[in-house]
Amino acid sequence: MKSVVKYILLTGGALVFVYPFLWMFTSSLKPEAEIGDLGLWSTAFSFINYEKVLVKIPILRALLNSLIVSASCTTTVVILGSMVGYALSRLRFAGKRGLYMLILFTMMIPFQIVLIPQYILMVKLGWTDTYLALIAPTMISAFGIVLFRQFFLSIPQALIDAARIDGCNEVTILFRIIYPLSRPVIITVALLTFMTNWNEVLWPMMVVRERSLMTMPQIVALFSTGGEAESQLGYLLAAATLLALPVVIAYAFFQRYFIESMASTGLKG
Amino acid sequence: MSRRAALLAAIRRSDTNGYIFVLPYVIFFLAFVAYPLVFSFVLMFHRWNLVSPMEWVGSKNFIRLVQDPLFFKSLFNTLTFLAIHIPLQIFAALGFALLLNTRIRGRGFFRGIYFLPVVVSGVAVTILWQQLFSFDYGVLNSLLRLAGLGRVPWLIDANIAMPSIAVMATWKNVGIYIVLFLAGLQGIPRELYEAARIDGASPLRQFLYITFPMLNPTIIIIVVLSTIGGFSLFIEPYVLTGGGPMQSTLSGMLYIYNQAFYFGHMGYAATLGFVYAAVIFLVVTVQRRVIERDIAT
Repeated sequence: MKSVVKYILLTGGALVFVYPFLWMFTSSLKPEAEIGDLGLWSTAFSFINYEKVLVKIPILRALLNSLIVSASCTTTVVILGSMVGYALSRLRFAGKRGLYMLILFTMMIPFQIVLIPQYILMVKLGWTDTYLALIAPTMISAFGIVLFRQFFLSIPQALIDAARIDGCNEVTILFRIIYPLSRPVIITVALLTFMTNWNEVLWPMMVVRERSLMTMPQIVALFSTGGEAESQLGYLLAAATLLALPVVIAYAFFQRYFIESMASTGLKG
Repeated sequence: MSRRAALLAAIRRSDTNGYIFVLPYVIFFLAFVAYPLVFSFVLMFHRWNLVSPMEWVGSKNFIRLVQDPLFFKSLFNTLTFLAIHIPLQIFAALGFALLLNTRIRGRGFFRGIYFLPVVVSGVAVTILWQQLFSFDYGVLNSLLRLAGLGRVPWLIDANIAMPSIAVMATWKNVGIYIVLFLAGLQGIPRELYEAARIDGASPLRQFLYITFPMLNPTIIIIVVLSTIGGFSLFIEPYVLTGGGPMQSTLSGMLYIYNQAFYFGHMGYAATLGFVYAAVIFLVVTVQRRVIERDIAT
């Protein structure tokens, strides 16, 4: 194929993916009457839609909630997941194989089957409308464990033996010897967990009704379906832009890590 | 030595650290996987709205399900979604991946752009597309008008609404599959193409007889992941259409959610969840078989 044609196709594709986002951002700055326009420019740009959104919904509080929930899950998924992964790859104990099989099996269970019972569990524990309901069910990830196990298997046994001879206990070995060597897998698991939790919206909609505890995607989704937006497109687009912004900024800086971690979900198939 | 004694001996030889390290997972598994699984089987045979006491109803939930037109509607809607989403996704992702796999400048740049919608929250993407799809002032209809064509009732027509959502989902997810196809393409040994060229195979035949079969594992992954994604469709119809028009975008997950949270039918919602999970399991298993056999022959 002529390379000119290739670049035209590639650039056309790029426009298809980027233009809608640019349109969303610039339209959120336009007065309501101009939002139907295709163009990206207006002489009447203003932040009025953003001011309205900030007044109408506690979106900054929701941002904080999302950060708290995602950061907590990410921390436990990495720490607990790496401990299990380490035990499964490097420690000898009866039942190890069976446990690993069990973990692989849980990854095959469609979530639809446990969703309602999990919700009822939260109700019974009195955890609805608390951070616990948002964090506890995603504290450990089977996929994270499998990734850690796989990676740890590639670390030379001699290194671990040497540390044991020096009198290190297993906790020290994992966090002092293995961790510095495991940056790629830690980044992958951490980013994947953070993103999954950050974008999760179904579970928060089930267990949180209290506005001050809602996560960012949840509050924006409810803003768009409820009456608060007063059918003003500008408010909706401003709220959607605020929701997209933190991730787009992070993506701009750490693009490679995002692509690598999210593509790793495809490798489990 | 009996098996019991052998097991005990094995446990005695075991590293206690192993048990300590896996303990958090075992607790997590019991609380958030095993208990819900067992409890879902209990729920399926009860009627319960969380407030009044649970009431045993035997197989009534299942009898109700096989007579429930909305259940079949949601199943049909999901299959409609998949029938459009999967081929479109494979076609688009493979097309871009083939372009990116040639000798070009800026591969990383383009890949990064195509991946952008993958990382952005589905809620933001859905609100954005709600405006693009808007009948009167939407960007898509404005473009069609510029091209001298008529407007399309993207979300208003019951026959078009689900396909519209499938197009949106493809736009959002295609980046991840481009990356997977690229990895697959780079894994194909160059010698295969060299041998084919020497034998005089045309580029088209090289694609059909080398590239496509060698990408089989990637295609299986894409089909399976898209299927699971299709059956999990929730926030898109929730925000865009609320399941309408005429229930045409009522997805399985949205129906489960409505049964549980609008009607308070926890038992029936759990039954729906179980049947949906069984359907997903079945569909994914069949897909793997079919794709593996098709390419092998």
